[in-house]
Amino acid sequence: MENIEKLSTIATQVRRDIVRMVNLAGSGHPGGSLSSADVLTALYFNVMENDPATWRRDAEGQDAFILSAGHISPVYYSVLARRGYFPVSELATFRRFGARLQGHPEVKKGLPGVFQASGSLGQGLSVAAGLALGKKLSGDSHKVYCLCGDGESEEGQIWEAGMFAVHHSLGNLIAMTDWNGQQIDGPVASVAGEGDLKAKWLAWGWRVLEADGHDMETILKTFAEAKASDGRPTMILWKTDMGHGIGFMAGTHKWHGKVPSADQVAEALAELGETPLGDF
Amino acid sequence: MKKYIDTGKKDTRSGFGAGLLEAGRRDSRVVALTADLKGSLKMDEFAAEFPERFIQCGIAEANMIGAASGLAIAGKIPFAGSFAEFVTGRVYDQIRQEVAYGKTNVKIASSHAGITLGEDGATHQTMEDIALMRALPGMVIVNPCDYNQTKAATIAAAEYDGPVYLRFGRPGVPNFTPADQEFKIGPAIIFNEGKDITIFATGHLVWEALGAAEILEAEGISAEVVDIATIKPLDEEAVLASIMKTGAAVVAEEHNMAGGLGEAISGVLAAKCPKPLEFVNGGDRFGESGTPAALMEAYGLNAAGIVVAVKKALARK
Repeated sequence: MENIEKLSTIATQVRRDIVRMVNLAGSGHPGGSLSSADVLTALYFNVMENDPATWRRDAEGQDAFILSAGHISPVYYSVLARRGYFPVSELATFRRFGARLQGHPEVKKGLPGVFQASGSLGQGLSVAAGLALGKKLSGDSHKVYCLCGDGESEEGQIWEAGMFAVHHSLGNLIAMTDWNGQQIDGPVASVAGEGDLKAKWLAWGWRVLEADGHDMETILKTFAEAKASDGRPTMILWKTDMGHGIGFMAGTHKWHGKVPSADQVAEALAELGETPLGDF
Repeated sequence: MKKYIDTGKKDTRSGFGAGLLEAGRRDSRVVALTADLKGSLKMDEFAAEFPERFIQCGIAEANMIGAASGLAIAGKIPFAGSFAEFVTGRVYDQIRQEVAYGKTNVKIASSHAGITLGEDGATHQTMEDIALMRALPGMVIVNPCDYNQTKAATIAAAEYDGPVYLRFGRPGVPNFTPADQEFKIGPAIIFNEGKDITIFATGHLVWEALGAAEILEAEGISAEVVDIATIKPLDEEAVLASIMKTGAAVVAEEHNMAGGLGEAISGVLAAKCPKPLEFVNGGDRFGESGTPAALMEAYGLNAAGIVVAVKKALARK
């Protein structure tokens, strides 16, 4: 388990990786990757019981994480690589022909750490719920985490899964929404009407926590609270900024799926600053 | 020709229910999911014997498929069941991403397939499901012909490691294959050897094909009847061996032309051994309300329809 200072350093390095990966690949999704960087860093390096050396797809004896919003693969791959699931140098192959780091996560090429394919939105929470139920049936007390987008939550299946998780008392399921308020076509509120996400999940019967998704101390405290299950599934609504950490990318939908130029990468890296971990 | 005895009509979905119960007794990893159709899918006995392993999902099929894939990741062997339309067309993308592409050991239990679902009409009668499932890389499609074979195929599906689409139906149909048979996923099954024509049939049309073969025998025509219980992967070797012997064939299925067994066999013959081929299927249309018998008659999905197709194929030899 890493301390807050170390986690912040890792998160900065993950942000550097994201910007460089998307630039190298010439495509990809930096915005939502940057908004989830702090939460996923905390999850993999502090919160979740996970061990790259003994990882197996059935997650026996470990916690599991399902990325529902598959398009934020840059942050996912960077965190997995930095955690030791595969060589950091492999990040340079993102979206290349033959790479294990496909545009969206998948399992056929056998990238360690990935439990399920995602990309077509709205499906991951169902997978996480099934996995959580499987663990319950097997008497395995480990937890299942899942990250969805707020735009993604426009998909009806998210709410089917929400109903299912409560009905089957999946207290071992901790779902999260990267509540950055943005999606491809604009602010969520203007595209589809965000509504009151917290009230919706409460109405579904979930335990709901709401917290700043960029302040590492708050993130750890919130995860600790989430882990103390009262039998209900837990939804953490992480209040985040799309593009967080890079001034010219922050707070706008315009960087959802846009590639930074070489100059913009240089500007972003200068703003983030170097870390002792080093670039891939 | 070889004689087959109908031991009494039984619905193939009950064969599934019996197979599921047996598979559940043999392996504690077997779990069953349904979207508010426990009774229709004949899961009652399984649910009564293994209440913890029966997972009611409510009317939310998309979530059911995703949850099934999660259970499979956790090492379970999930059978996710609903009506054929609702576990294919409604959830194609979920099956594509979470089951086929996601390589999870999920069994899609597809009941009430085809027009013989009957009175509910075309919203519930899919004649396109085989096409959808055939399009998915790696998907195994099993369409058994009667109660006994469905029971055996269900047990085989549980033992097979990988995605399976298991298709069966609502109405009672003749039960004529051996009880407690062993089912092997893959090989075509020759029910009657013949030399003039091959009838490739799948599902309960195998029985109709045997009826057609009897009618043809009386007219001096020797028909080979081949049960294509596994539609994908198709037993190409058996298909080619039979057609090279007989020189012409009919393909009979309760499914539309597009993407069905007929097109699958057409593809094999076109590439490797072009011969006259005729089809008994739903063509290119939606179903409608009616009794299963009335619909099979209207669509020509019966022995008489197969005989007509055989004569057309023979005329082209």
